[in-house]
Amino acid sequence: MRPSKFSNFIFNRNVQGTFYQAITLSLVILGVYYIVQNTAENMMARGLASGFHFLGVESQFDIGMTLIEYSPTSTYFDAFIVGLLNTLLVAGIGIFFATIIGFAFGIMRLSSNWLIAKIAETYIEVIRNIPLLLQIFFWYFAVLRALPKPKESIAFMDSIFLNNRGLFLPNPNFSEGSSVIFYLFWITIVISIFIFIWSKRRQNRTGITFPAFYFSVALVAGVFFAALAATGFPVSFDIPELKGFNYKGGMKLIPELVALTFALSMYTAAFIAEVVRAGIMAVSKGQTEAARSVGLKEGLVLRLVIIPQALRVIVPPLTNQYLNLTKNSSLAAAIAYPDLVLVFAGTALMQTGQAIEIIGMVMGVYLFLSLFTSIIMNLFNRSMRVGER
Amino acid sequence: MSKNITPPVIEIGIIGWLRKNLFSTWYNTILTLIGLYFIYLIIPPLLSWIFFDATFSGTTRADCTSSGACWVFIKQNMKLIIYGLYPSDELWRVNIAYFLLTVSIVYLLVPNLKYKGVVGIFLLVIFPIICVFLFSGGLGLENVETRLWGGLFLTLVIAGVGIVLSLPIGIMLALGRRSKLPVVSLLSTIFIEVWRGVPLITVLFMASNMFPLFMPEGVNFDKLIRALIGVMFFSAAYLAEVVRGGLQAMPKGQYEASQAAGLTYWKMMALIILPQSLKVVIPAIIGSFIALFKDTTLVLIIGLFDFLGIIQFVGTNPDWLGFSHEGYVFAAAIFWVFCFGMSRYSQRLEKKLDTGN
Repeated sequence: MRPSKFSNFIFNRNVQGTFYQAITLSLVILGVYYIVQNTAENMMARGLASGFHFLGVESQFDIGMTLIEYSPTSTYFDAFIVGLLNTLLVAGIGIFFATIIGFAFGIMRLSSNWLIAKIAETYIEVIRNIPLLLQIFFWYFAVLRALPKPKESIAFMDSIFLNNRGLFLPNPNFSEGSSVIFYLFWITIVISIFIFIWSKRRQNRTGITFPAFYFSVALVAGVFFAALAATGFPVSFDIPELKGFNYKGGMKLIPELVALTFALSMYTAAFIAEVVRAGIMAVSKGQTEAARSVGLKEGLVLRLVIIPQALRVIVPPLTNQYLNLTKNSSLAAAIAYPDLVLVFAGTALMQTGQAIEIIGMVMGVYLFLSLFTSIIMNLFNRSMRVGER
Repeated sequence: MSKNITPPVIEIGIIGWLRKNLFSTWYNTILTLIGLYFIYLIIPPLLSWIFFDATFSGTTRADCTSSGACWVFIKQNMKLIIYGLYPSDELWRVNIAYFLLTVSIVYLLVPNLKYKGVVGIFLLVIFPIICVFLFSGGLGLENVETRLWGGLFLTLVIAGVGIVLSLPIGIMLALGRRSKLPVVSLLSTIFIEVWRGVPLITVLFMASNMFPLFMPEGVNFDKLIRALIGVMFFSAAYLAEVVRGGLQAMPKGQYEASQAAGLTYWKMMALIILPQSLKVVIPAIIGSFIALFKDTTLVLIIGLFDFLGIIQFVGTNPDWLGFSHEGYVFAAAIFWVFCFGMSRYSQRLEKKLDTGN
């Protein structure tokens, strides 16, 4: 029996595919339509106007920590920017410390010294398996809030003070003439870069090496201190002082920021340590042995053979951890650090009721960061692939 | 004839081990001493705070006289911590669930027992259905509102629901993303990337603020159900990527062979591809369950009293102010036991599955 034209048609793979896709698409469209319809009705019933007009309205609330000029008369859009900057600030500081602590523990974990390796392993296994929020609470409520009052604060070298109001640091004060030093510093940095390029080129051409690193360090530091001395040390430090019940002057970091940075960097460091360990272990032993057998010194083996290859493995998961840290910084809302989520998705949403616009904007920021990072990572992976066999 | 000479005493035994692992070079010796100093700084005070100087017996705050931790605080609030505000007369229902859960997990952990698959399916399919009736009521049981649920019980409910429901959704999303149909693949990809790109807390904010707007007038979800939906989709997106990794690891021959044998797409997936690829990614799936378990603590931000939320809550009780250290250390210990246990189990499983291939 020959199959009929009809059955030929319905069992055709392309036809079936199109059919399934049409069904999926129409279900999704129906679902979205249903939600949009309900939302429109609900918003009408609650007297809410959709749209972003509210961004230009006076916010009428204050924020505890702002990096830009902000007051209750500022608009909701200003509040959004303040929250965004606070999120980026805590993420930036967190990434800096998490990288240092993470690399330190990752390398310690591979130490030939049994005790050091075990200490690192214990740190990683303890920190990784405790929820981040719990760690944030611990640092904030049990440590920073429980610190002594300003009068009995913990002092380091009589210039850094830690108490239950926060961390007080000396603030550098640049007076006249310091801009010269600033420019000289950057000029010497640029010169050093050129020296690196030149020495590399010359080495490729003639094989003669030049101690570019030591030379640059000497150049930058020498010019810096010489300029400092020549202009009569125009940089002074504004050291915080106890006045009345609190410290005045200097730079103040609110306890929420300190607790959040502590918890975020220690937590992420445990994951970074594992990334670093995996990266170093991914470089096969033969590479080290081969590098030694061509007569490279230990330092050069590390710098020219192991680190470049390990970095290729480390960088993608490392950026992923940075992204995680940035996303996790949204837990700030739990201890009232004024980040994007607390300021905008919390206070602003409560006041305006514009749930869809506000949550859309907040999610959009994080989505943008994720997509941006993954694009950079794809470019990085592509550039790295060139070197492979 | 040569005589067997025993190695010198400094090369073997404890001394040999110490020399090799702790004091092999001068800088290793320095590192060891620094390490020992750190241990000396941290461990003895910690141990005396937790055990030697701690108070274990008593009933009120007045009994906390020692310099160490006062575990009376935890002991007195134990019922709240484990069950939340669940009515006292109905606690047996939660206890039955705790009992069934413990028995099945222990059964799965004991090596070389038969019918592990059956127990696993019971745990993932039948047990959750029993729990729905046990916890919320129905079938002759009294109704218990979800706002009374709390403590470790609520944490396990959220993590459990997240795990049980997100796995099938995650598998479907992974299949969708790998599908040859462009519309299906595009939609799945967008869904996965959006959920993975945002922090869980914004998802929970969305669940508690936006879901009510999505539903027709009069339909009102419970706060817990809203949170559960958020957690479920969030964790499904992560699981989808894990499962996709397993699908990609399958050799192409497996697909071709099943197609040559005349299997349809769904039969091929259900009988050939998924069983093999899921087996490969079991450790990674457990990894995302651990992450989910830790993330359940975030529900306290939208006002649910999970394990950590209840610890925070009892710490604000005027009778017990100033015992936050004990609360946090206790919560950390419990979470650690759960998460570390799961990660060790997954490592064991990984080794076991590795030799199977």
